[in-house]
Amino acid sequence: MQTNLTRTGSTLPSEAELTRLVEQALNEAKRCGATQAEASASVAIGLAVDVRQREVDTLEHQRDRSLAVAVYFGHRQGTASSADFSPASVRATVEAACAIARHTSEDPAQGLADPDLLARDVPDLDLDHPWELEADGAIELALECERAALDADRRITNSDGAGVSSHSSVRVYGNTHGFLGAVRSTRHGINCRVIASDDAGMQRDYWYTVNRVPSGLEAAEAVGRKAAQQALRRLGSRRLTTRKVPVIYHAPVARGLLGHFVAAVSGGALYRKASFLLDTLGEQVFADWVQLTEHPHLPRGLGSAAFDQEGVATRERDLVRNGMLQGYVLSSYAARKLGMVSTGNAGGVHNLRLEPGERDLNGLLAAMGDGLLVTELMGQGVNLVTGDYSRGAAGFWVENGEIAYPVEEITVAGNLRDIFLGLQAAGTDMDTRGGIHTGSVLVDEMTVAGE
Amino acid sequence: MQQPLDIARQTLFAPAGIGESELEQVFARLMTPSVDMADLYFQSSRQESWVLEDGIIKQGSHNIDQGVGVRAISGEKTGFAYSDDIVMPALLEASGAARAIARSGESGRLKAWQAGRGRGLYAPVDPLETLSTERKVALLRQVDAEARRQDHRVEQVVVSLTGLHDVVLIADSDGRLNADVRPLVRLNVMVLVVQDGRRENGSAGGGGRVGYEYFLEEDRAQAYAREAVRQALVNLEAVDAPAGTMPVVLGPGWPGVLLHEAIGHGLEGDFNRKGTSAFSGRLGERVASEHCTVVDDGTLAGRRGSLNVDDEGQPTQCTTLIENGILRGYMQDRMNARLMDMAPTGNGRRESYAHLPMPRMTNTYMLNGPHDPEEIIRSVDRGLYAVNFGGGQVDITSGKFVFSASEAYLIEKGRITRPVKGATLIGNGPDVLTRVSMVGNDMKLDSGIGVCGKDGQSVPVGVGQPTLKVDALTVGGTS
Repeated sequence: MQTNLTRTGSTLPSEAELTRLVEQALNEAKRCGATQAEASASVAIGLAVDVRQREVDTLEHQRDRSLAVAVYFGHRQGTASSADFSPASVRATVEAACAIARHTSEDPAQGLADPDLLARDVPDLDLDHPWELEADGAIELALECERAALDADRRITNSDGAGVSSHSSVRVYGNTHGFLGAVRSTRHGINCRVIASDDAGMQRDYWYTVNRVPSGLEAAEAVGRKAAQQALRRLGSRRLTTRKVPVIYHAPVARGLLGHFVAAVSGGALYRKASFLLDTLGEQVFADWVQLTEHPHLPRGLGSAAFDQEGVATRERDLVRNGMLQGYVLSSYAARKLGMVSTGNAGGVHNLRLEPGERDLNGLLAAMGDGLLVTELMGQGVNLVTGDYSRGAAGFWVENGEIAYPVEEITVAGNLRDIFLGLQAAGTDMDTRGGIHTGSVLVDEMTVAGE
Repeated sequence: MQQPLDIARQTLFAPAGIGESELEQVFARLMTPSVDMADLYFQSSRQESWVLEDGIIKQGSHNIDQGVGVRAISGEKTGFAYSDDIVMPALLEASGAARAIARSGESGRLKAWQAGRGRGLYAPVDPLETLSTERKVALLRQVDAEARRQDHRVEQVVVSLTGLHDVVLIADSDGRLNADVRPLVRLNVMVLVVQDGRRENGSAGGGGRVGYEYFLEEDRAQAYAREAVRQALVNLEAVDAPAGTMPVVLGPGWPGVLLHEAIGHGLEGDFNRKGTSAFSGRLGERVASEHCTVVDDGTLAGRRGSLNVDDEGQPTQCTTLIENGILRGYMQDRMNARLMDMAPTGNGRRESYAHLPMPRMTNTYMLNGPHDPEEIIRSVDRGLYAVNFGGGQVDITSGKFVFSASEAYLIEKGRITRPVKGATLIGNGPDVLTRVSMVGNDMKLDSGIGVCGKDGQSVPVGVGQPTLKVDALTVGGTS
């Protein structure tokens, strides 16, 4: 096949171009009488290919733009956004935000971030590494990845496809305190989803790698082989009878468990009093060995940022020390509602890390003895107001520290408060493919429901 | 009233000076002998949202998006590019990128343009203009007041109102020109109640392809407020949910999320063409008890999941998926229908111009059965009665699915007794409906709240069912 494509990364606008757009929006807001305003402009471009059964399935060229504006008239806010960057559209977007602000209520917590919290020095976090990848090369790589999976074992009978993607973006944020910040970043990935089958039925599983830097990706062939192994080991899954047992969350799903913690100590949940961790600052919320630290300036980190979505400088900090909660996850708005100061987390946490213990996953399995290793979770089933937790699960039954057989169609349930306090250990098998970095974790006891 | 096609031409084509000859120019670029089908999806959407919290109008937002998606299909291959600029140079560039999927060659000739006939499942209104801003804000305040008036234990009320005006025009290589103007509104209420330090929440809402006046009619908005408070107060009394496998009675309406997860996704054409669904190759086989007849119906007037035409310009229809327990049909988009040698069913949907269409559900529901709902409860010695759900998820390949109850009660000796805490229910899609032993005569559709996610794309959907009993389902409680 032939293509007529230019390489990705070649058509992003300059920071200067987006900066002009942001300045135009801020000037327009002032002209409309806004006392404060903030704006962000972003453009993202990408290439995504997917192959299936050794043939190209889809080839997608992506390009997304957005201009978002917030205006303040005293303590009344209005927001608007548009994908059209023309001067007329910028004006119309600002006017739409102003029209909304005429109807919102006076809210003393509204407004820009405090000027003295804004980032002054913006360190280079090494986030921008375009991939000189053309469609043909991406297709080749995806085919190689899927081939490794399909050829791994005769029980790999079908494929849901393998994909290669590369995205580049540039974003400029500015506000009427005079802050202007630009971020240029890239994100590349390879993934593979395959199906293993035997007389008892089909099992699907996947593997993926994601990185800011193309050379940081796992090899395509390795991703394919890993996906095949993941699917194969699920063959012959059984159910379990209902029981209370210790549970290990495999690192990729342990990330979600810590995500519930982040949600529960986030400003929005706290000021609405909709969190089971309300008013727990300084208290024991995890087992006493747990250290959770935030590392926003990690070079090349997927969750790295020098400033948050409001321009507030991010900083390294302990969120949990010896199991005790050291701080919340706050934007300026939530901070004011709580009578506190922004923690630089408008938009979320930046590379939150659970400090690992001494043991790898096998060490954790040995420490658990008999219990459940969860590798997949399904459904919502998490109530942040009460901490009640009940989710569908699949994984492996473990006997004497060894994987005995795969299990499925079961649930794991408990209360997040007990789960966090009952954490026994964190593994060294760190998964850093997201904004939360963690190894596998061992929970002392949960209810498993099954047959 | 203006026709959707006229509205779409004015909105999408007029500003860019696009007419039929320009479309022909684009298709000439797109079509090569190895391209089986190509389409252009023009879209302009405007959305607003208003949020009341702490008794004040806290947030308002207004968002505009428009663009065109260009797709070329060659066999099982799809090339896709999109642009958020509806102008000829961008269209030609996107067409060049999309057709890169196919071998090059001489372009075929396009058939003459033929406009699809409109249908009136909903009026082509801009819902944002159906109430003044003052009245929208007043509506939020009334809902807040109604919720707070219910009970002194109500501590927090969050009310949100959103409206979407979506104009689409689909031109395809068969010369078909179809347009749709799709209003969509939604009102949601979340309340938090407190008693002796215990906090619980409840939420309710609804909407559809209508204007905002829908919420003023039949006391709907206020009813959502009362319902959210009622649920939260029930949860204050809830004890730990049971753990294990037991009979489960599902209430009418929104618990139809069971059908959406257990069988709906598994019957989407793409998974069956690829052979990755637990239902692959099972047409004509028994997959449910004889009490079960399930349809996917995109033609219900004003419903959230309904469409005049799908996102490939195909009129929606009522497709029988399961008839008296026998698997009868799949839901198809054009590509998968063609590759499976079946007819398209009007289920080709996409989140926006920036996403590829695929087979998706519209409104999926089970028809009435013979049983009186009270008789169904009475038949259970010990089990669960679940009437409200958060959402669900399914593994298409293994067939395992979950859905999470947010309001449920114990059934003891044929009677509903204590409320229990939320719990996830888990089962196996291909056999859960074979265990449906009783189906009620009280079929109800949900109130218009469903969002379905697949492959990272969200689309609005509806579900519904009568009260029904599953003889054995695993309940993921703690006691």
